[in-house]
Amino acid sequence: MFKLGKMTFGSLFKKPETVKYPFETKPQPQGLKGHIVLDADNCILCGMCEKSCPTDCITVNKDNRTWNIIPFQCIQCGYCTQVCPKKCLAMDPNYWAASVSKSTNSVPVPDQKKDDQKPAKAAQNNEPVANAEKAPEPAKPVSDADVKEPVAIDGELEAKLAIMDADKAERVRKALLSR
Amino acid sequence: MGQKTIIPFGPQHPVLPEPIHLDLVVEDEVVLEAVPQIGFIHRGLERLVRTKDYNQFIYVAERICGICAFGHSMGYAETIEKLMGVEIPKRAEYLRVIWHELSRIHSHILWLGLAADAFGHEALFMHCWRLRERVLDLFEKTTGGRVIFSVVKVGGVNRDIDRGTLDEFVRVLEGIKDEYNQICNAFLKDPSVYNRTAGVGVIPTEDALGLSMVGPFARASNVNYDVRMLGNGAYGDLSDFKLITSENCDCYARMEVRAAEVVQSIEIIEELAAKIPDGDIAVPVKGAPADGAEACNSLEQPRGECYYFAKGNGTKNLERMRMRTPTSQNLAGMAVALKGCDIADVNMIVLTIDPCISCTER
Repeated sequence: MFKLGKMTFGSLFKKPETVKYPFETKPQPQGLKGHIVLDADNCILCGMCEKSCPTDCITVNKDNRTWNIIPFQCIQCGYCTQVCPKKCLAMDPNYWAASVSKSTNSVPVPDQKKDDQKPAKAAQNNEPVANAEKAPEPAKPVSDADVKEPVAIDGELEAKLAIMDADKAERVRKALLSR
Repeated sequence: MGQKTIIPFGPQHPVLPEPIHLDLVVEDEVVLEAVPQIGFIHRGLERLVRTKDYNQFIYVAERICGICAFGHSMGYAETIEKLMGVEIPKRAEYLRVIWHELSRIHSHILWLGLAADAFGHEALFMHCWRLRERVLDLFEKTTGGRVIFSVVKVGGVNRDIDRGTLDEFVRVLEGIKDEYNQICNAFLKDPSVYNRTAGVGVIPTEDALGLSMVGPFARASNVNYDVRMLGNGAYGDLSDFKLITSENCDCYARMEVRAAEVVQSIEIIEELAAKIPDGDIAVPVKGAPADGAEACNSLEQPRGECYYFAKGNGTKNLERMRMRTPTSQNLAGMAVALKGCDIADVNMIVLTIDPCISCTER
């Protein structure tokens, strides 16, 4: 009869195991799979998340430049975060708030990201950066090659310009600045 | 002679959260025959392999059952790895087994709580679920989920567990072991529990073998079989694995076996946490299973052996995925155990078999 006595009486002097929800909530661990968040600044709208999603809850609209998710269809498996090539999807520890109806969350992807997509196109057209800069007519290849964030690779670009002819380097610099 | 009556049991019943229906043919107070009927929660998950690719299906596989979730994702991933000839890193094998044993602990503690509740031991039920909560917290911290983990992938696992967290695992489990032993002491040595379960629902060893029973249900009937003793994956690195069996073959023996398996699982986790090697947690898997390739695999789930079969067709979608779950093996044994028992013992027999109908119907 008193076999559990030690444990039960001990519980009288311990902190309660439960919390007074909703006035108090348990802290959420860092890696908790609450819901998916998109870092829209890095998204290239490649659509890998849409293809990989087991429940088809993600749609990527390239025309409107929006990334859409039906949060109540998402099963928080995190597969999209694994396949994302830019690693711009992540799991946030907070759960979605409850809702009275199903809805779609649409995240606009900023337009300036076109700049990020062009180097990918250049790579597909077999026009790598190095070849472009060595081409005899700089105006055309430069427009394809050096469009990727000139400010970000400024030091690297300067080094490349330094080894060019003065005339050619000037034309390349002008073309870059005009963007 | 009394009159034969059919009494329906389930699919919604206070002692059993799983939807199974039994037609109990009763004469006086004695059950002459029990006819099980399933089909209330069939979801057609196996069919989904044709529309989901083999990587996506892992998230479907772990939704077969809420309690054996990790086991199903692990068993499925191992089958696909066999199908594609992928060898996963040793650390991933260890991590999988640690999580799998943790899910066995939470399953058995949950079952003990339900059994205690069925007996009317409300405080014991609360204590069991309090302990289970600590196991779920470990899952939550390391996998990001409490019931559905999505941490296994074909080729390894998604998340690593660092040394500090593994030490915490051992520390928490040591605390659980101490309290769990007190709970088992209170429950198994209670005269009312003993009188109600000893000698009830007896299935002799020969019948257990003939009915292909698996898991703790079979081991309580002295069947020496546990898939873990075959030494697949990290189980092969255990210094010693002792089968837990009982010769009593009754409901009380089943409770004893499950109670001892929790302590055994804690010891397995402690040993593997000390031995776990460093290294990668996954290897990249590319391509698709070859056309006509077949693979099978078996895994010891909390309720017994689960058998997986997969067949490829040269695309990313599988041709066939088949799972034979432990409860579908044990239903025949349950019908035999119920034959001849008192109607008041039906609850105890069904509970000590611990059926999982979600797994069975898929």
